[in-house]
Amino acid sequence: MAITEARPVARPEPFGRRLLSWLTTTDHKRIGILYIINSLAFFVIAGIFALLMRTELARPGQQLLSPRAYDQVFTEHGTLMIFLFIFPMLAAFGNYLVPLQIGALDMAFPRINALSFWLLPVGGLTVLSGFLVKGGAGASGWTAFAPLSVQGGAGMDLWILGIVIVGVSSILGAINFIVTILRMRAPGMTMFRMPIFCWGVLTTSLLVALAAPVLTAAMVMLFADRHLGTVFFDASRGGSPLLYQNTFWFFGHPEVYILILTAWAIVSEILPVFSGKPLFGYRGVVLAFLMIATLSFTVWAHHMFVTGAVELPFFSATTEMISIPTGVLFFNWLATLWKGKLRFEPPMMFALGFIGLFLVGGIDGVWQAAPAMDFALHDTYWVVAHIHYVLFGGTVFGIMAGLFFWFPKITGRYLSRKLGIWQFWVQFVGFNLTFFPMHILGLRGMPRRVADYAANRGWTGLNTLETVGAYIIAISMVLFFVNVFVSLRKPREAPDDAWGTSNSLEWATSSPPPPHNFDRLPEVHSLRPVRDLRLAAQGLAGEEGSS
Amino acid sequence: MSATDLQVDERAVRRTSSPVMGMVLFVAGEAMFFAAFFAGYFQFRSQAKVWPPASVGTPEISIPAVLTAILVTSSIVLQLGLRAVARGRVATFERLLLLTILLGVCFLALQAYDYSQLTFGIKGGIYPSLFYVMTGLHMAHVVGGVVLLSVVGAQTLTGQISQRHHEPVEAAAIYWHFVDIVWLGLFTVYYVAVPR
Repeated sequence: MAITEARPVARPEPFGRRLLSWLTTTDHKRIGILYIINSLAFFVIAGIFALLMRTELARPGQQLLSPRAYDQVFTEHGTLMIFLFIFPMLAAFGNYLVPLQIGALDMAFPRINALSFWLLPVGGLTVLSGFLVKGGAGASGWTAFAPLSVQGGAGMDLWILGIVIVGVSSILGAINFIVTILRMRAPGMTMFRMPIFCWGVLTTSLLVALAAPVLTAAMVMLFADRHLGTVFFDASRGGSPLLYQNTFWFFGHPEVYILILTAWAIVSEILPVFSGKPLFGYRGVVLAFLMIATLSFTVWAHHMFVTGAVELPFFSATTEMISIPTGVLFFNWLATLWKGKLRFEPPMMFALGFIGLFLVGGIDGVWQAAPAMDFALHDTYWVVAHIHYVLFGGTVFGIMAGLFFWFPKITGRYLSRKLGIWQFWVQFVGFNLTFFPMHILGLRGMPRRVADYAANRGWTGLNTLETVGAYIIAISMVLFFVNVFVSLRKPREAPDDAWGTSNSLEWATSSPPPPHNFDRLPEVHSLRPVRDLRLAAQGLAGEEGSS
Repeated sequence: MSATDLQVDERAVRRTSSPVMGMVLFVAGEAMFFAAFFAGYFQFRSQAKVWPPASVGTPEISIPAVLTAILVTSSIVLQLGLRAVARGRVATFERLLLLTILLGVCFLALQAYDYSQLTFGIKGGIYPSLFYVMTGLHMAHVVGGVVLLSVVGAQTLTGQISQRHHEPVEAAAIYWHFVDIVWLGLFTVYYVAVPR
């Protein structure tokens, strides 16, 4: 693979040696690339599961998957997308970029960093190996609600084990990010001169470090109920299924922000570069991140409105309050674009797509936060629409923006602009065709997580449309992988500052950076050190004060 | 917050070494892990008419009281050891570390004996579920602590621990104290704060 040639060597090393150096690496950049490859592999697998589901649902009746197989497929689709694609993909950006952006040599704990990575494929394959055992893979949804998850065969145990492994990986990774950001910043890089992306990673990591252990606790109780004879979730013997829901969602709602915060930060990093303006209200964005992170620990029971066992006004109010800092983010993004010199490169296109689609998902969320609405929408396709507008329209568009943006830094080569723009439009159209009709199906009462529906319910047309949309998304992803493959075969041409208007320190070093990151660190006097260098080179230094 | 304040803050943060900061964060996560079980405990207890249930009865406090004394003593001993190594008295530290590890092992042995004396099994309902899983997880953490302290001991014997480089001791001590505090919580909810 061409990207393994991270630095110029006189004579290429033999393949075995090079492979070994990748398998044993503790370099944050190489680990970041491994994270990307691993995440994209699981993305493809989980994407194929999505296509299987959409193919089954295209028409009423059973064509491709039995109900039992369908349950396994939607469970693994959600599990892999959330725990093994989105979260590790965002951690991939964090791994590659945080040390570069703060001017550090590496992460605080390089060997723990390698461990965090290698636990991921192990955990992911453990979850997937459920397909090989009798009874099949875990089939209780990615939320694994008890008592359903207390039943089920060995596949469910493998699911639990895999989730615990991935949880440990993410906790170790989060601690590593926090210590790196707090302790390893270059001289002059104060907390408020740190790129907004690092703030996103820091906030996400705090959420992971405090929320993921609660998921582990839920998994321990679940495992004990399954094998040790405890009755945590068994209502008939003094336990309570609600304990599972409370514990799971106490993790689960911070998890939602774990899955989006870094994408917000990526977009907040890209918009200024392609608008030729600083990020509007940098400190406001930081404050919004922190407020959202704090509030996210107070909203979990809005997933449980219909249980009748939660304080509706409290959880509704805290949930609605999250829309305030989120509104700040939207305002600041739009104000960053306002009167800017906009350049519609692929990263910018995906970032703009992100803003529009995430807005839809966010407003869906505001609706659902009202208990009266939630009672009608709970467990319908509306919820599926919401989660995909947030996690696909939001995070995946953000991830694509980030991949197009930093690809030249990581590989020294640009992804094709033409293919990128094509991919954006195909993906945008396919996405909306697939997921917008789900709102309508939800309002018409179509339940989620079922393999079939009656032909006379009037759901068929929209379902067929969604399936067509899903295949259009698949085409856009093929365009992406073709783009990566073609671009990697081109010669290295990207300069240090690949986009010409960049701000943060990763653009001060070569593309790709040397193993030690920087030969000489520029002094950091402001929020935008690379811009300072550019202006100094143009003889315009001094007009910009420190932040 | 003024710019000067911020700089002072950052220097304070940077004085903490990476292993110690990493351990503080890890322990914070561990605290959330145990908090989930304690939350479950209080939830079930608040709904129960009789707690502990009649089938279990009031638990015998004498052995757990000794367990508490052992663990608290071990924390004090380890802290004295940390102070010794910070002042350069490595030999004293070695003896105190060994004593801490021995106290940890005593705790494990005595708790295993205590388990064998109990009249109820894990399958007896929600109280036994909570009791065995919470104390069992704590016990696993004591095992982890003994292993961690033994690793530090091995580092000491190979000359990697000194007055200038004793962050591993500090980090291990934070973990050990945390395990101690969790036990105090368990001791309180299962033995002290119950009707007698």
